[in-house]
Order: sequence, then structure tokens, then C-alpha cells
Amino acid sequence: MALLQISEPGMSAAPHQHKLAVGIDLGTTNSLVATVKSGMATVLQDEQGHALLPSVVRYMPEDEVVVGHEAQAQQSADPVNTIASAKRFMGRSLKDIADRAHIPYNFVDSSDSTKLLQIQTRAGLKTPVEISAEILKTLKARAEKSLGGDLMGVVITVPAYFDDAQRQATKDAARLAGLNVLRLLNEPTAAAVAYGLDNAAEGTFVIYDLGGGTFDVSILKLSKGVFEVLATNGDSALGGDDFDHRIYCWVLDKIREVTSNFNPLSENDTRLLLTKARQAKEWLTDNHEAQIVCRLSNGTLVDVTLTATQFVELTQQLVIKTLAPTRKAMRDAKLTLEDIKGVVLVGGATRMPQVRHAVEEYFKQTPLTNLDPDKVVAIGAAIQANALVGNRSEDDLLLLDVTPLSLGLETMGGLVERIIPRNSTLPVARAQDFTTYKDGQTAMSIQVVQGERELVADCRSLAHFELRGIPPMAAGAARIRVTFQVDADGLLSVSAREQTKGVEAHVVVKPSYGLSEDEITHMLKSSFGSAEADKTARMLAEARVSAGAIINSVTLALAADSHLVSEKEKETIETEIQNLQTVTQTDDATAINKAVDALNHATEEFAAARMNASVSHALSGKNLNMLDM
Amino acid sequence: MSLNYFELFGLKPIFNIELATLESNFRKIQSESHPDRFVTASAAEKLSAMQRATLANEAYLCLKSPANRAKYLLELQGITAISETNTAMPIDFLMQQMEWREATEDAVTTKDIRALDNLLNEIRVEAKGLQESLVSLLDVQKDYSAATDDTRKLIFIDKVSEDIHRAIEQIDI
Repeated sequence: MALLQISEPGMSAAPHQHKLAVGIDLGTTNSLVATVKSGMATVLQDEQGHALLPSVVRYMPEDEVVVGHEAQAQQSADPVNTIASAKRFMGRSLKDIADRAHIPYNFVDSSDSTKLLQIQTRAGLKTPVEISAEILKTLKARAEKSLGGDLMGVVITVPAYFDDAQRQATKDAARLAGLNVLRLLNEPTAAAVAYGLDNAAEGTFVIYDLGGGTFDVSILKLSKGVFEVLATNGDSALGGDDFDHRIYCWVLDKIREVTSNFNPLSENDTRLLLTKARQAKEWLTDNHEAQIVCRLSNGTLVDVTLTATQFVELTQQLVIKTLAPTRKAMRDAKLTLEDIKGVVLVGGATRMPQVRHAVEEYFKQTPLTNLDPDKVVAIGAAIQANALVGNRSEDDLLLLDVTPLSLGLETMGGLVERIIPRNSTLPVARAQDFTTYKDGQTAMSIQVVQGERELVADCRSLAHFELRGIPPMAAGAARIRVTFQVDADGLLSVSAREQTKGVEAHVVVKPSYGLSEDEITHMLKSSFGSAEADKTARMLAEARVSAGAIINSVTLALAADSHLVSEKEKETIETEIQNLQTVTQTDDATAINKAVDALNHATEEFAAARMNASVSHALSGKNLNMLDM
Repeated sequence: MSLNYFELFGLKPIFNIELATLESNFRKIQSESHPDRFVTASAAEKLSAMQRATLANEAYLCLKSPANRAKYLLELQGITAISETNTAMPIDFLMQQMEWREATEDAVTTKDIRALDNLLNEIRVEAKGLQESLVSLLDVQKDYSAATDDTRKLIFIDKVSEDIHRAIEQIDI
């Protein structure tokens, strides 16, 4: 039951009150949450004053879940129930994980090679989506406690080079955590926003983002609050973790040199050595050598010294691996080195001197490091979240991002026909006509792939779309126009229409990698526990809120722009408003949502007309702010 | 809404457009229609924003590229520059195309990125010449038949440089 709000005189809850929105950097190694408070973007800390939340989730007995530092501390003691770097597994199947032998988790084998991977823990089977949801829940609780209210929405950052499955998995995790995702934002773009606004930067900048598990490089043009991504590239399986891994392998070799009867390491020892490797890597940022000392469970004492020079040699190939995507991005943007005004380093792994040297050598300029590489992404996400909910008074912030990978269709002979090239500005759509090859054919299947290679087998299957309800016609007579739309989050949707008869075909999506709607619903249900009543109440409350919001916005729009609708249209809209108002009085969430849909449908033309009007006003130089509602 | 791409950006339908105006008007339209401006709006408004922003991107992409801009201008005149029945090309142009393609293959075999970059520069000069000719043919003389020939050449040249880009990518790992 909501409490009545009583405001002090002159402090009434105005319609333009500050809405609570945060930015979340869901990282491979660490995660953060930030918000804009009185115009300043700040990272929120936990009660112990930590800004960084280690992205580590430990499943304890009796359904208890521990996230963060406490979980991280127990990694070596309880490796199979303590999951770190879950982000590397998002939207992936087991066969995608190259180095699983060195990862101390109980992965569940599956005969289906495209099935999303699962990890056996003492709390049962867990998907990376559920593990990530635990991290998000912790950050949500931190933010709500710190800000003293429910969050209206969040912006969650993802590596720019994440594909559709990885993005969808991130969105699913947010849904499980009970978060309203305003936008998925690419990490380098977020960093550019934070850097650009902080330094009033204008010109073409490169964001070189080497995180714990992913590498992105984006080239952006910054001009008067507009952040236009010209090109992006990367490697979604390359990061600081790989540098740890090189040290780990080096230590294993050293152990082998002195011990003849060397058995495979236990899970605890693997985790212990990986932790020691990470510490050595961090130590070598400011020191010439690192000593790695620990005792393995079989009593073997490990005591080796790694010099900075050795470390550079060990990881040389990894550093070189970041430069090929960098060159590709430069070529895609059609730029030369002289065009680049600055190079911003993002991600903890860019603290390594060899990475800085490589970037400096390639771009022939000293990279910019005046922002905390761990926090800059969360800060940028917070600024975007604040703008999206309408808190920013000056509406000059505009992010124009791109799709990182080309989208293609499977054609005859397993070849790929590219329909949306990489680095297309979002949102982007492409229509393609298909026809039937048999008389009376009423269904067809289309495979969509993501990637740059010529063969379907070398690209990543995104989804199989089944078109059903095609009107039966002679072979080759049907003209089915299929529209592939990639939205501002970088996610694909597909619609289809038969052109000659104008019949909307029904599209059934079978994501190649991803959770089905049923699986999500099941996870949501189990996270609510058995409290079915709670769930119903929550759905009803949500339905009423969205009903209230749309009635309000449509009424305002009609009052402002009634000249843009015909009398008949206006009548229909008003009828639907009345209908919705009536249904809202009932306790039927489904009926309310249906009425909301009906009102939405009735206002489509009106919305388009308003859009026309506002765009032509913008071009004619008038600023009427008529969409400010 | 049946505005053509030029009208959408408030531009005259000519080949020699002011690219700075195109860019600034594109940004003005995106400022009004980008889905980021409608995150908390109704579903109908979100849909209309996505459609408009998609259209603006498509139109911008088309007008930004000289080859596509010329092709689109001809379409507005009812002329299809590239069609299955209309593939004839002057012989010397075809010869040059073949030379470029052979040079590309040679450079790929020897993994010579520098040679491919030089080739791209050579092609760029050729494209520039065609663009200058198109300004005169499309905007001044309105000689659409000659403009169609040059537009097709420009489209072919774009295709070659795209293939060279792909070749560079193949050998630059």
C-alpha cells in the first residue's frame, strides 16, 4: 500500500521531479553502478565504501547467494560453487569456450552444440544469465538504498562487439533482476560520453577498451553533444583474463620443470594459481618483478619470480591481437592516423605498460588516461540513463551508435548474403523479397547469421525465422517482403508481409542461442518463489502504471496537436481512452494490457503525424520542444 | 509519408549537395526522432520514432555516398542505372576493371597491403573524376543518358574498392 506523500510547502512533487535512473557497468571482473546527482555523475559505493563489486557469485547452502568481495575471497576454497567472469559465457554454448579445461567449474555437457551452457552448483543448474542477474540484483539494492527509492530504469553497458545472443542474454539477466532496461549501451560509447562531456572534447577520438574478458575499439566523432560512432571492432573473447592465463601457464611449466610426478591440478589449485597470476600481473604494472609463492594441495611449494620483461614476452601475442581490430576499425571509418585527435584508454587491463606502449606506437600519440579506466564506463552509462528519463534539461546529448557485426541470410549452398553491413548506424532496417518454390506453399524458413565470413558455417547463427500463414499461391507467385530491423539496443526483430495479397505472415523465432520465453517465465516464477499472489499483484500494478502513463501522454498530445488528427481518428482515440479508463478500474491485468495495446494502435498515425511536424520544425530552425512530454 | 530523401533533409535534388548541410540536417532530424528521445513514451510513439530514425539513417547513407546519390537522382527521373538488361560497359573501362582485379589478386598472393592501399588511392582519383563529370551532367546539362553511364562506372568502382577492402582484411590478421 502506497503511503501518502506529504511535501513541505514549496517543495511539492512537481511533474518535473528528478527520476531515479542509474547506469550499470556489468563487467567481466568488476561491476559498478553510477548515477547523476545534482548534475554530477558519481559511482555509488557499498556500505564498506567499495565502488567496485567483483563480478563473482557464490552459491551457498540453503539458497543463500553471496556476491562480490566476500564471494571472491572464497574462490579458491569453494571453486565449483563460486562463479567468476560469467560474462564470458553469456549467450554462449559449451563448445564456444575454448579453454574450459582451465576453468574450474562443473559445466554441464550437452549433446546439442547450440544449447546455452549451464554450470552445476550446489544450488542446482545455473545459466550465466541467472548468475549475472545476481550481480545486477546486488547493484540494484545498492542503488535503491543509496538513492532512497525505486529505480525508474537502468542503462546497462555491453561490449560493442557483443553479438545479438550476448546482448539478449544481458537483457534477460536484467529482467530476472527486476530491472527496467532503458537501453543497452556499448561500453566504448559510454566511455566516450564520460570523457567527451568531461573535457568538452570535439573531433575524432578512438576508444581503446581492454576489459577483463572483452576487447573493443570504437572510433567516434564528437561534435556539440552528438556522439557519432564511425566504426567499431573488437574481440569478445580477449581481455585481462587471458593475460592472467598466460602467467598461469608459465607457472605450470615452471612447476613441471622441478616436479616429475605432476598430476592435473585440482579445481582449488587452479583457482589459487589463477588468483596469484592476476596479482602478479597487477604488481608488474609498477614493479620490475613479481614473486609468486603458494602451496598446492599436494604439498608442493610454488616459488617463482616473473620479471616484467618475461611478462611482456609472454603476452606479446595478446597485445598484437588487439591491433588487427584497431586497424579494421580505422579502415572502416576511412580515416588515417592524422585524423585522430585523441585515444582514450578504458578498462583495467589498459593499465599494463605493454598495452599502453603498443597503443602509443600504433597511433603515434600518447594515449589519454586522465579518467579512471575502471569507472568511466559506468559514469557514461549514468549520464545516458539520466538523459533518457528526461532529467537533463538541455536535450543536446545524442548517441548515434552502430551495429558491430554484419547480418546475413543463408542462401543456396550455405553461402551468406549480407543484408545489413557492419557499422551501420542504428536503428537500421532492410527489406528483402522472397518467393515460394512450391505450389500452395504456406510456410518458409529463413536463417539469419551474424559475422563477416562468406560461409554460413563460419558465421554465428542468430536465429531461424519461420514464416507461417503465407496465402497459398502458385510457386513463385507470392512476394513475401521480410523486414529485418535492428533497434537502438542492437537487437534484431523480423516482420513479414505477403505483398500481392497484403497478408501479414506470422513470424516464429527460434533463437539459435538464447533462452526461450518459457524458460524466462520459469526463472521469473522461481525467483518469486511460490508467492503467486505477489506476482499477480505486481503485474496488476505494472499494468495500471502503464495505463496511467499512456492516458496521460495521449491526452496531452491531443491537447497540444489536435489539428494533426481527423475528427474520426480523434473519436476513435477518445473511445479507446474511455475504454482503458473503465478497464483500469478492474483487477484484470490482461484486459488492461489489451486496452493499452488498443489505444497504442489507435494512436499510431497520430504519433507519425506529430513526428513529421516536429522534424519539419527542427529543419526550419524553430525549436518548439513539442515532444517534451 | 512519401518525401524523397532530398526533401527529407530539406535539400534541393541535385548531385552537388552541401555535405555539411546534409550532416547537420541529419543530426537535427535524429535529435527529434532518435528512439533515445522516446524511451519513456507510448509504444505508438516508440514505433514511429524507430521508423523515422531508420528512414533518416537510410536516407543519410544513400545521399552521403556519391554513387548512391547519383543512382537515386536517376531513379527520381525514372531511370534504373543498374538493371539486368542494361549491363553494357565501354571496353576500356572493363579492361581497367580487369587490371585492378588482377592487381588485387597479385597483392593478396604476396600479402602486400601497401600495394592494395596504393590501388585504393588510384581508384579514388578515378572516382573523383567521375564525380566531377556527374556534377556537370546531372546538375547543369541534365544529360541523364551520359550520367547513367558514369553512375554505373562509379558503382562498379565502389564495388572494386569494397573488394579491395575485403582483401586487405583477409591478409591483415
